[in-house]
Amino acid sequence: MTAQAVATDGGFRPDAPRLRFVDRVNPVTRLAAVMVLTTPLLLTVDWLSAAVALGVQLVLFALAGVTPRLLVARTWPILIAAPIAGVSMLLYGRPEGTEYWSFWLARITDGSIELAVAVTVRVLAIGLPAALLFLRVDPTELADGLAQIARLPARFVLGALAATRLVGLFVEDWRAMGLSRRARGIGDHGALRRIATMAFALLVLAIRRGSKLATAMEARGFGSDVPRTWARKSRVGVVDAMLLVIAAAIAAIAIAAALWAGTFHPVWA
Amino acid sequence: MSESAPAGRPVRVEARGWGWRHAGRLRWALDGVDLIIERGERILLLGPSGSGKSTLLHALAGVVGDDDEGEQRGQLLLDGAPAGAARGRAGLVLQDPDSQVILARVGDDVAFGCENLGVPRDEIWRRVGESLDAVGLDLPLGHPTSMLSGGQKQRLSLAGALAMRPGLLLLDEPTANLDPAGVGEVRNAVARVLERTGATFVVVEHRVDVWVDLVDRVVVLGGDGSVLADGPPEEVLERQRETLLAAGVWVPGVPLPIETVEDRDAGVGAGGAPHSGHEPILAGEQLAIGRRRDAVVRAGLDVVLPEARSTVLVGPNGAGKSTLALTLGGLLAPLAGRVVASDSLASGLGAAPIRWRSRDLLTRIGTVFQEPEHQFVASTVRGEVAVAPRALGLPASEIATRADEVLARLRLDRLAGANPFTLSGGEQRRLSVAAVLVARPRVVILDEPTFGQDRVTWLELVQLLRDLVDDGVTLLSVTHDAAYRDVLGDHRLELAASVDPAPVPTPGGRS
Repeated sequence: MTAQAVATDGGFRPDAPRLRFVDRVNPVTRLAAVMVLTTPLLLTVDWLSAAVALGVQLVLFALAGVTPRLLVARTWPILIAAPIAGVSMLLYGRPEGTEYWSFWLARITDGSIELAVAVTVRVLAIGLPAALLFLRVDPTELADGLAQIARLPARFVLGALAATRLVGLFVEDWRAMGLSRRARGIGDHGALRRIATMAFALLVLAIRRGSKLATAMEARGFGSDVPRTWARKSRVGVVDAMLLVIAAAIAAIAIAAALWAGTFHPVWA
Repeated sequence: MSESAPAGRPVRVEARGWGWRHAGRLRWALDGVDLIIERGERILLLGPSGSGKSTLLHALAGVVGDDDEGEQRGQLLLDGAPAGAARGRAGLVLQDPDSQVILARVGDDVAFGCENLGVPRDEIWRRVGESLDAVGLDLPLGHPTSMLSGGQKQRLSLAGALAMRPGLLLLDEPTANLDPAGVGEVRNAVARVLERTGATFVVVEHRVDVWVDLVDRVVVLGGDGSVLADGPPEEVLERQRETLLAAGVWVPGVPLPIETVEDRDAGVGAGGAPHSGHEPILAGEQLAIGRRRDAVVRAGLDVVLPEARSTVLVGPNGAGKSTLALTLGGLLAPLAGRVVASDSLASGLGAAPIRWRSRDLLTRIGTVFQEPEHQFVASTVRGEVAVAPRALGLPASEIATRADEVLARLRLDRLAGANPFTLSGGEQRRLSVAAVLVARPRVVILDEPTFGQDRVTWLELVQLLRDLVDDGVTLLSVTHDAAYRDVLGDHRLELAASVDPAPVPTPGGRS
């Protein structure tokens, strides 16, 4: 069954579930949407704007088909990182108002509590859409978009794309090298040194594989002066415009809410 | 199928006093090459390693590099124009299946060359279908390239070259890294492509028998970088036999000067029970194997390695042969069941090799990996063979003695100061074996030890292993090599195709 899923998916993230609407948007637009959405949220550190943005996002992603279970499975690093960032703010954020507890440099105050909440929610409001919008991005499609829509140099984009394919081989290399260290009698101790020899060997293999790949690409006319054509057309359309509008709207509503409630707190203030 | 010739006009190749010198080298890799290849001619290019065969192919394909990478003299012309001036006139397929897959999906990968040549989109997809058909890859365009076997990857690469409509097809050891099934696939695909396109064809390969029926001319390059012989296959192979054999070429019809298991059994006398008297030294009981707990490759395996015998482990790709070997070798933990070492092998330790310390493994079970570079840890050849004796805590004098002995035995003494990563394929293979033998393990496990080896290295290696077994060492070899099995298949373990048909994506699709 997994083989089936892989075969229909171009081999990338076969287990990632499909999302309504989002899947039809060009990867480059998704990248732009994340920037449109999150840049304004980086300008203020209040809790309200982030909470509004996060709330709207969660509703929209739920509509697109993100279940709570999927959310946890795909974004758990962010879900863990957010409260950790919050706790550090709680203890070391700028003290203000009543102090509840202190130990050496750590002080919990009204101000630090508010900051902690604001930071936790903000990390989520910025991290979750980035992770969820890129749940199912095919690197080939992204490269097509970057070269054809964003007009990045094809040489650079395709070189990077071809290189991503080598990553899987390096994982295999690393595993085999780990086993071989045990077989060679040097697996008992000296982990640091062992990893250093493996890293060196991996580097050699990477360079060698990379140069072979470059030769193979060159043999197929890559890097010639002929203007390149594209077998796959990267398209943008109405859905792309819609995603950008939605992203801008969420950002605008969030900032407006903070301004209206008087909690807006620019980072430079 | 489609009758439109899926290729450009066959190319005429002309080399006039052509030479190439790699940047920073004094010696010309090739020099004074005079060679004319007529349109549609099919050539097998032979010669010792270092004779510049690959360089010549790369130069014909126009990928030998610019002035930074070397200098050339004389002329190398395709249809009268300098090679490399017209991209796409020559299509090149290289040796390593993994390093020439460019994109993630089959269709995209074949389309890549056409895109670079500026072919219009509709035309690209027409050519993609045509080329996949010509090489017999009957897969959806969206099929992931990472799931292909080695032979399929090579055919994919061939299709990618073909889609550019080359008039000259160049293959650089296209089957050296493939198992016999893959070799057959690629050879048949090439035959079909040549029949359809009539393209001029040059192939470099040690395994002459694969290509000899397909070519109409053999060119032999000498060690000095010039053309040594040139003519019809039978005639050149006959006349240059000794030179070619010395260069490691597998000349067809020349028997291997080494005793097979059959010969030996015949010598012992019919009716003898050759397997009696060999106690199991290592056994797997109800083994479930896999690299990760959630990826069981096989389950319920019972296997036995008889002491002081050579066992060959055979079976199709993806059957779990390498995984089984690593599990028996105490490198991977069994996912169920157990691996049991005999009391004499364990000598004081517990029966399960996976629980032994790394240095305790050294004198008991040595493992030679399929990819020599995966096991190199030192910066010199000498340092490499000293790793194991040093880990055993042997005195310096003993380390030196053992290192000298094993280096001499595997003809590596001249290379003692070289970096292992700079050695040739055959030298790397010998070093990987030397580094294991130096610890004098009682069991040696080898994963595809003869993969891609030339005839000279092959003979040395197989003779050495045979001698080891006769001295009482127990051998387990994962192998696809029929000749190897003939010499070292005292005992045979066969893993049938895995019950779960989900292919395991490994580099090169080898298992």
